[in-house]
Amino acid sequence: MKFKIMILGCLLLALALPALAQDSVKTVEASAIPAISPPAPATNVTAMDSPNDNGHSLTLRWTLSADDGAGQKTVLGYKFLRSFFPDSGFVLREGMAPSGSSEYVDMGGRKPDDRDFMPNDTDYYYIVRAITADSNVYSDSPVIGPVKAVGQLYNVGRTLVLVFVLCFAAITIFFIRRARKGAKLFVRRLAGIEAVDEAIGRATEMGKPILYVLGLGTAADIATIASFTILGRVAKKVAEYQTGLIVPCYDAIVMTVAQETVRTAYLDAGRPDAYNDDMVYYVTSNQFAYVAAVNGTMLRQLPATNIYMGTFYAESLLLAETGALAGSVQISGTDQVAQIPFFVVACDYTLIGEELYAASAYLSREPILLGSLKAQDYGKAAIIVISILGIIASQFRWNWFLELFKAGN
Amino acid sequence: MKRQVPVIITFIVGAVLIVSVFFPPAERLGENFSVFFDIIAVFAFFLGGGNLIRIHGNKIYRRQKDWAFSAVTLTGFIVMLAAGLFKIANPNGITGDVAATGSLFQTLYYNIFYPLGSTMYALLAFYVASASYRAFRAKNKEATILLIAAFIILLGRTPLGVYATGWVPESFSLLQIPNLAIWIMSSPNLAGQRAIMIGIALGVISMSLRLILGVERTYLGVDNE
Repeated sequence: MKFKIMILGCLLLALALPALAQDSVKTVEASAIPAISPPAPATNVTAMDSPNDNGHSLTLRWTLSADDGAGQKTVLGYKFLRSFFPDSGFVLREGMAPSGSSEYVDMGGRKPDDRDFMPNDTDYYYIVRAITADSNVYSDSPVIGPVKAVGQLYNVGRTLVLVFVLCFAAITIFFIRRARKGAKLFVRRLAGIEAVDEAIGRATEMGKPILYVLGLGTAADIATIASFTILGRVAKKVAEYQTGLIVPCYDAIVMTVAQETVRTAYLDAGRPDAYNDDMVYYVTSNQFAYVAAVNGTMLRQLPATNIYMGTFYAESLLLAETGALAGSVQISGTDQVAQIPFFVVACDYTLIGEELYAASAYLSREPILLGSLKAQDYGKAAIIVISILGIIASQFRWNWFLELFKAGN
Repeated sequence: MKRQVPVIITFIVGAVLIVSVFFPPAERLGENFSVFFDIIAVFAFFLGGGNLIRIHGNKIYRRQKDWAFSAVTLTGFIVMLAAGLFKIANPNGITGDVAATGSLFQTLYYNIFYPLGSTMYALLAFYVASASYRAFRAKNKEATILLIAAFIILLGRTPLGVYATGWVPESFSLLQIPNLAIWIMSSPNLAGQRAIMIGIALGVISMSLRLILGVERTYLGVDNE
């Protein structure tokens, strides 16, 4: 028995020995790590005012250290020291640039009471420090400066955007003026919007309410504002047809605006008595709790029509599928590209992209609003032409043309 | 007057925000308007809470249909509000962090609210399946194309896709299902998405102009000129 135990002990020892030996080797290796020698410093350091901003920012550029990605390969990145004087008072800045990068924007606070306020028109001096894994081993570049942060009056990088916006605004105003003068404008058919009237009629016949969901956007989101305008049109028709309307809101401000929109729509329809504050109500500002509440409303009240207009995220399919299960006619529209497929799949009609913004004008048939839709169509035509020209330019390497459309900051 | 003032405010704020994009000195003004919005949003919390209590309180008081759901909603609202406001069971007392470990607020959040939210989110998996089933029925030409594209992408993102077409020579690598899936996503799909995004951008500019110029007033509950 003792013999067996001895053999077993020997075996275990034999198995453990290499591991022990390995550990001791590791210890030796660890103690044998050579000390890091200071890397070569960054060279050709330049500092300049960051362009196209309101100041309070400086841009540093340098040539990589010889040990950054080459040589000893010890440079982990670059840190920056800043001072008001060339020979003293250098303070390490918070940010750093990773190895391989040769530009860093030192952005300071813009208000005097900001913690890191960086006043404009003040001389600054910089040192670029190449750092290594050992915090005590680094190399500093020579001091560079003085350099001043200066605010610019105009962002040159956005000139092309400005030109496009101005052109588009001019076309829009031109068509609005033409419409005011009585010109007849043809606007293409939007099936989703034409279905709204039909859907309200269906709800009236069935004696069931219409559920209008404004989405998860705030009152500051343009998609939510577009949704308000559609809600106004829908509410007016609902009031005329004397159908029920349910508007559960995700945001309290959205609820307030929606209440006012619906109330005035009922007033315009000559049925202020039919308006009830309970039609538009606040649910919660939590995404899935909101979904649970709205889905519950759908399944309990079985609305004849569900209209989803605004900003939607993951809840789009949860809402639309529940609506489909409840047998409601569903019309949707969102500016969230990722959610459009879900709505297309689960809803009867979907407003894609800019159709959401065209809906209110289309519903009203007001010539002035239709004028802006016409401008949208011309804008799209212009972009198609430019895209085709871009394809030709890239094939023939007309770089000057491509450079024209490069995005600025 | 009631109708003119909001239109004037919209014009001024809209114009300043546009100017601030192109003229850096106006940036701070644009940021200030965003701060104004945040300040107003704080007051809206009271509006929301008040509306919730009124709507559900009325339902319970009048014993309307499904009033029990309203009772659950109000109970949840009041319990969470009390737990947060009075920092019940907070180890650091009333001065402690509202979400401190061990507090009633944190316990309720992580043990009731969070799992309920996750459950709702998890339902998405089943809804995606049922929606896909409807969408992928090859009823017409478009639906058939959608079905084929979806099948390639699904297959391309699984090991089966790699094995199934691994034998295709490198010179025809685009025909390998994973590469085909990447091509569908990065070429036709991306082109379509960009077209929609460009349309949205034009729609946003057009809508903004209508609002700034006061042509669109439906959001004020006012018919257009």
